[in-house]
Amino acid sequence: MLVSVAWSSLRSRRKSVILTFFSLLISISVLLSVEHIRQNAKESFNRTISAVDIIVGAPSGQLNLLLYSVFRMGNPTNNIAYESFETLSKNQHVAWTIPILLGDSHRGSRVMGTNENYFAHFKYANKQALEFAAGVPFSKLFQAVIGADVAKQLKYQVGDEIVIAHGIGNVSFAKHDNTPFVISGILKATGTPVDKTIHVSLNAIEAIHLSPSQQKKLLSDPTSVNLTPESMTAVMLGLKSLMATFKLQREINNYQKDQLMAILPGVAMTELWQMMATVENLLLVISILVLISSLFGLSTMLLASMQQRKNEIAVLRVLGASPSVIFALVLIEALLLIVLVIVAAIGLISLTLTLSSDWLASEYGLFLSGNLLSIDSLKVVAVIVVTSIITSLLPAIEAYKNALNVGLSSRC
Amino acid sequence: MISSALKIKESLAIDVKGVYHRYSKTKYAVGIFIPRWTLKRGERVFLHGASGSGKTTLLNLLAGVLSPTQGGIQLLEQEFSSLYSRRKDKFRAQHIGVVFQQFNLISYLSVLKNIQLAAYFGGNAKSKVEQKASEMLRKLKLDPDVLQRPAGSLSVGQQQRVAIARALINAPEILLVDEPTSALDAAARDAFMEILIEICQLTTTTLVFVSHDMYLRRFFDASVEISSLLKPVETVEC
Ligand SMILES: Nc1ncnc2c1ncn2[C@@H]1O[C@H](COP(=O)(O)OP(=O)(O)O)[C@@H](O)[C@H]1O
Ligand SMILES: [Mg+2]
Repeated sequence: MLVSVAWSSLRSRRKSVILTFFSLLISISVLLSVEHIRQNAKESFNRTISAVDIIVGAPSGQLNLLLYSVFRMGNPTNNIAYESFETLSKNQHVAWTIPILLGDSHRGSRVMGTNENYFAHFKYANKQALEFAAGVPFSKLFQAVIGADVAKQLKYQVGDEIVIAHGIGNVSFAKHDNTPFVISGILKATGTPVDKTIHVSLNAIEAIHLSPSQQKKLLSDPTSVNLTPESMTAVMLGLKSLMATFKLQREINNYQKDQLMAILPGVAMTELWQMMATVENLLLVISILVLISSLFGLSTMLLASMQQRKNEIAVLRVLGASPSVIFALVLIEALLLIVLVIVAAIGLISLTLTLSSDWLASEYGLFLSGNLLSIDSLKVVAVIVVTSIITSLLPAIEAYKNALNVGLSSRC
Repeated sequence: MISSALKIKESLAIDVKGVYHRYSKTKYAVGIFIPRWTLKRGERVFLHGASGSGKTTLLNLLAGVLSPTQGGIQLLEQEFSSLYSRRKDKFRAQHIGVVFQQFNLISYLSVLKNIQLAAYFGGNAKSKVEQKASEMLRKLKLDPDVLQRPAGSLSVGQQQRVAIARALINAPEILLVDEPTSALDAAARDAFMEILIEICQLTTTTLVFVSHDMYLRRFFDASVEISSLLKPVETVEC
């Protein structure tokens, strides 16, 4: 009964209620999404790479190398020589190497040259290996293995032919129509940039970059052209013993024949995380402030209605409503509004996440879950509800006082 | 002798004993003092007096919205003014109907919701309220269709009649009415009064009707001038 009265009361003050609703909707949506991204980003980043001990690339920043080699974000400033890759592979401490050669794209997905070690040794999340949803690793020159998202978005199946172009942007300046690839396998979804990647052999990358005449020659006689690449974007190393990590890192950094930089993914990830955390905390503080300001708006709206409500309170009092009922009515009104706003905010964010998840994943390597109802989000929701109750106490107390003083003489 | 005394006592609806009240906050408030005033069950009394003479204050005391500074009020042979406020609110919800000058209804709620709200606080089952309300409205010469309309969309005369229906929905023993006709024109006023008296007769409700308008006296058997109840307050030490 009281809830329906509170509801009617809200409806009777539709204009100010709707304005307050939107002000709360915006601030609560911002807060909930900042919180959601905060929780998910760390997990999303951390799951991207696992079991890789060292990443080697051309000297730049460790974050930069991490971003382009693992997250496929940005572009490598420089490559390393192919000979360096071979030297690394032969190093006594190294158990395995995964070469990475980036640079091309296919309909917005990054194309990455690598070898069979990638499917054998690359791990993500909790040391999970890559698994195939269909097909097998590439074994021929013009074969490709695609990530789950690529398959889903472009509706590719094993056996389909695709064309890979030179360049990165969404629109490539040169399409190599005469080098069609056949999809040999599709990976299972990992929730990492792997899902957005098209994997081909190192030689294939080289083949894409041949001149049209040489490509023709290659197609007629596969052995006629040397397809060994001259350089490499980065190399991921797995070590035989972790004890050798720092020694090897130092050795690589001091390597004379090529300019190399070795980074430890865990360390780089922590740096990335710390950088993000500062920004996130700032965002969180801002969104809390915005929320507080709109909660004050709610309180103001309720207080402003109190004048008009004096009469209503008098009526309720003579009907036998105790002052605490009046107090409760005001709180119920605030709570109704807040609950509506929270539901709307969760709906809004879920919708936005669903619509923008591809974009976030490809632009920022962020794989956010569309499910907002984690324990942590519920905690945030609980905090919002409690703070809104606290800010609504002022108008509720005002109503309580009115209720105590009201007499039949209240005649507006 | 004893039995007849008991009978009279039993039939008392209102018993005001040595009640003194003043609005403590105002420095200049003189306050009112009523040595003794009783009303039997089923009686209908017209309480009149000049503006500012304390009529509304007395009704507020009877309704339990105000508490006497001194003295006590018994309603239906029960201590009332000394009850805890929550018990008082409950007693009011169940046994006292109140109609005041204007704005008796919550304008954004439907007429039915207004009446249901009274039943809710009176602790009556919601299920039968609608039927009872439409019967009551018919008696008050209102189309039961108004039940679904927002109270604020009714004319003042209609609203006042709905207010009576609302006040009587819990079948209270006592009905307190404060200048209910001052916002009505002459024709609406006469119709309102006739219906009010008739319905109170029918339900043998004790009615305290307050007005400064002596014209309304003709609808009542008994009338009391408020100043005749009051003693000069100077005699009371505070
Ligand atoms: N809430 C209040 N606070 C202080 N004084 C009041 C209040 N209500 C009424 N009074 C004063 O008490 C006296 C009686 O008022 P009231 O009972 O309303 O008279 P009536 O209803 O007969 O016109 C008046 O002098 C009035 O100014
Ligand atoms: Mg008055």
